[in-house]
Amino acid sequence: MSLATPGVVSPRAMDDLDQLEAQSIFVLREAYRKLRPLSLLWSLGKDSNVMVWLARKAFMGRVPFPVMHVDTGKKFPEMYAFREEYTRKWNLDLMLGDCPPVEEIDPSLPPAARSAARKTAGLASLIEKHKLRGVIAGIRRDEQATRAKERVFSPRGAGHRWDVRNQPPEFWDQYATPYEDGMHIRVHPLLSWREIDIWRYIERENIPLVDLYFAKNGKRYRSLGDQDITSPIDSDASTLAEVIAELEASKTSERAGRAMDHESEDAFERLRVAGYL
Amino acid sequence: MTTNDLPPSLRAAATPIVIVGHVDHGKSTLIGRLLYDTDSLQDGKLAQIVESSRKRGLTVEWSFLLDSLQIERDQGVTVDSTRIPFHLGGREFVIVDAPGHRQFLRNMITGAADAEAAVLVVDALEGAQEQTRRHAMLLRLIGIRHVIVLLNKSDLLDFDQERIAQAETDVRALLGRLEITVEAFVPASARDGDNIASRSERAPWYTGPTLVEALAAVPAPASRLALDFRMPVQDVYRFDDVRYVAGRIDRGVIRAGDRIMIGVQGQQATVAEICRWHAPETPVAGAGESIALRLEPDLVPDRGDLLFPVSGAGEPPLKTARIRTRLFWLRSEPLRVGESFTLRLSTAEHDVTVASIDAVVDLDDLTLAPGEEVPPDGFAEVTLVAAHAILFDPFAPGYSDGRGVLVDRFQRIVGGAPLLGEAELPEGTHAIHPTASRVTALQRRALQGHEGAVFWLTGLPGSGKSTIARLVEKDLVASGVRASVLDGDTLRAGLCADLGFSPEDRRENIRRAAHVARILAESGQVVIVALVSPLAEDRALASQIVGEGFHEIHVDASLALCETRDPKGLYAAARAGRIPDFTGVSAPYDAPAAPRLRIDATGSPESAAEALGSFITTRIA
Ligand SMILES: Nc1nc2c(ncn2[C@@H]2O[C@H](COP(=O)(O)OP(=O)(O)OP(=O)(O)O)[C@@H](O)[C@H]2O)c(=O)[nH]1
Ligand SMILES: [Mg+2]
Repeated sequence: MSLATPGVVSPRAMDDLDQLEAQSIFVLREAYRKLRPLSLLWSLGKDSNVMVWLARKAFMGRVPFPVMHVDTGKKFPEMYAFREEYTRKWNLDLMLGDCPPVEEIDPSLPPAARSAARKTAGLASLIEKHKLRGVIAGIRRDEQATRAKERVFSPRGAGHRWDVRNQPPEFWDQYATPYEDGMHIRVHPLLSWREIDIWRYIERENIPLVDLYFAKNGKRYRSLGDQDITSPIDSDASTLAEVIAELEASKTSERAGRAMDHESEDAFERLRVAGYL
Repeated sequence: MTTNDLPPSLRAAATPIVIVGHVDHGKSTLIGRLLYDTDSLQDGKLAQIVESSRKRGLTVEWSFLLDSLQIERDQGVTVDSTRIPFHLGGREFVIVDAPGHRQFLRNMITGAADAEAAVLVVDALEGAQEQTRRHAMLLRLIGIRHVIVLLNKSDLLDFDQERIAQAETDVRALLGRLEITVEAFVPASARDGDNIASRSERAPWYTGPTLVEALAAVPAPASRLALDFRMPVQDVYRFDDVRYVAGRIDRGVIRAGDRIMIGVQGQQATVAEICRWHAPETPVAGAGESIALRLEPDLVPDRGDLLFPVSGAGEPPLKTARIRTRLFWLRSEPLRVGESFTLRLSTAEHDVTVASIDAVVDLDDLTLAPGEEVPPDGFAEVTLVAAHAILFDPFAPGYSDGRGVLVDRFQRIVGGAPLLGEAELPEGTHAIHPTASRVTALQRRALQGHEGAVFWLTGLPGSGKSTIARLVEKDLVASGVRASVLDGDTLRAGLCADLGFSPEDRRENIRRAAHVARILAESGQVVIVALVSPLAEDRALASQIVGEGFHEIHVDASLALCETRDPKGLYAAARAGRIPDFTGVSAPYDAPAAPRLRIDATGSPESAAEALGSFITTRIA
């Protein structure tokens, strides 16, 4: 037991990343306390790796609930290798979910939306199968204008629908709890983080990533969706520092390379209301 | 937050600024314009906005930058709040767009509650309106100290100095009544960009700041490090045989070796270690940090227990079971005395009951007046009593102390209740501290398969209320519903044996029946009350006592028919003058104007019972 003399050591000043981190840890601890069974969606991308990392911060180096990967079967090979390696290294309890074949999805949807709907269906069956009450997802407000309207604890009713017109109040760190059977809460610990914050945090904490994010032959991925609906951007940023510098100068949106955001004005809202992330 | 203490090499967290005001006064337009004028828009965003505006037959509608939902664009109204990062003069802000429509007040609070400063947007032509006053009141209740007023649409006044000065006087007077100081008053046009990022050429007389200049002058959040240590326990973990007491430090500083008290029980312990994962090891932590503590001895506190320094080291928190609060009410039904809630205070949860409504805010002139109930979206001073003493620090603007939130038995957040301090015990009263059930409506529902509710049958003597009630009770129970009947004659034989038939006694009879019905309904029962209950006023009292789940049902049969039926020979006796105050004969019956259900009681009791039975089944599903 160390007996420090009061007044000698001062606490470390908290910068912006420290504050985001502390808030996310608080949110993850609330979820773990209030929502059981709970699981974290690990898409293998940069945001969800940060989320796993924050969970380890919250729970002293471990993730005390399963993580899920909804596998579309269309991810890049590098991502599957990454999944194997870090499931082991981070000692994760990994649950895999399959997606129904695309032929089973509403053919009237535009192609990318149809592919997103597959993922929604895969997620829905994992939630049903494990009777989850809490699902932790790594969405951020700055990604997309309807995500900007989200709550940190976002209730999903029957059929997992997002009732955008009728969201519960959320203030003073008091979050919604499930009030009906069959509903679950989507928990969004990264909602207030911006893309640049994620990268600076990855750099500061030295969080591993698939190297698709770093430029090869003048191209890199800024966001990783399915192989068939995500395209790389022109970039020479091949290190973390270069990616951060590039983002600081950039004014284009992260999801510019994601087809489904652009198919029609309301496409993304309709996907999200139906249960997409 | 600790921004004030930050060395210049560290980046400060973004300062949240909320934009509030009456519907259509131009909040979303203002933000769109601000982002555009300060070159903060992502590439392609402007083209998208132009396209969405054109599709709806509009010229550039800046509000579409924030109003991303289809319903918002189609209706031209903000439904939910949005937060967008915004960079200004080397400083990060988060601009929060809040809806102005009253129907979305809960979303306005969601956006505003953690803001450092607010911009109150007032339409120059319309002046302050109802939501302007409501939002101003809320700014005060949630503790926002720095308020900038933007007189928008000043183009409609041609930036006329005199008329703008008049508008300024009015708004300042209004905010003065709420003890809100106006830090800046900016006459502007959000649509045209006057005095937003650049000075208006149309108001050369104006020498005050532009909005951008006013925002740059918002002070950094106050530091909470110098205050006495507080940490509410969030959870207790046991990993690999080590017990961790997890939580976020609300204020102050904690060091390894410090002695602390735990919760109301006041057990003492020493902080053996401050634990973090993958972080520099320091034996000290300050306000805002999420940490875990190891205690010596290895006690197991509960979630919600407040950790604070042992006595002698600083001010202890207040400890009381009677709490004065200033409340904002978000439920669509009014709040009444006697209702019970869970009071969430940081991570703690306490059962509380509304002991009194001490004053209600009149939104027309923002004065306080006595009142029986708090209307939806209303404000009031209310006394809460808890079943046991609770620990808290009184609410203070800019700090996280005393931020009470009320949650109903359906787990819904129904109001905010900044805790102001200890309430005086009213003189000569015997303080009652009712305890609330730990069983939720959800649990009861799951157990029983239906909701509890009250079906209040009113009708003339002889209309068939009791017969119908008993038939329905039998059918419901046969189909697995927990139903019971409170019948007038049964009550009068026991619980109300001391009462006669004077108007006062009839009212008391109804009051008692309603309270019993409420207790039963809250325990999950379906209660069918069969009571003449002739006066509309008395039935309104019953409805008020029961609250949610009250259904007024008129068992309707004409006086002539009831009199010919006369199953108990009462009408004959009344006509003969042997029964005084007999409803229909010598006492009035007010038929309900708008019952939830009217049952035609001229046919067979079985068909009436069937109609009532199917009505009840749909209401409790
Ligand atoms: N003349 C004039 N019109 C304006 C100005 N600012 C906004 N408007 C118009 O006022 C209307 C309402 O603007 P919004 O920005 O949607 O109002 P709001 O306050 O965000 O409304 P809610 O969010 O629904 O409460 C729009 O038609 C704007 O074009 C201004 O400075 N001058
Ligand atoms: Mg708006």
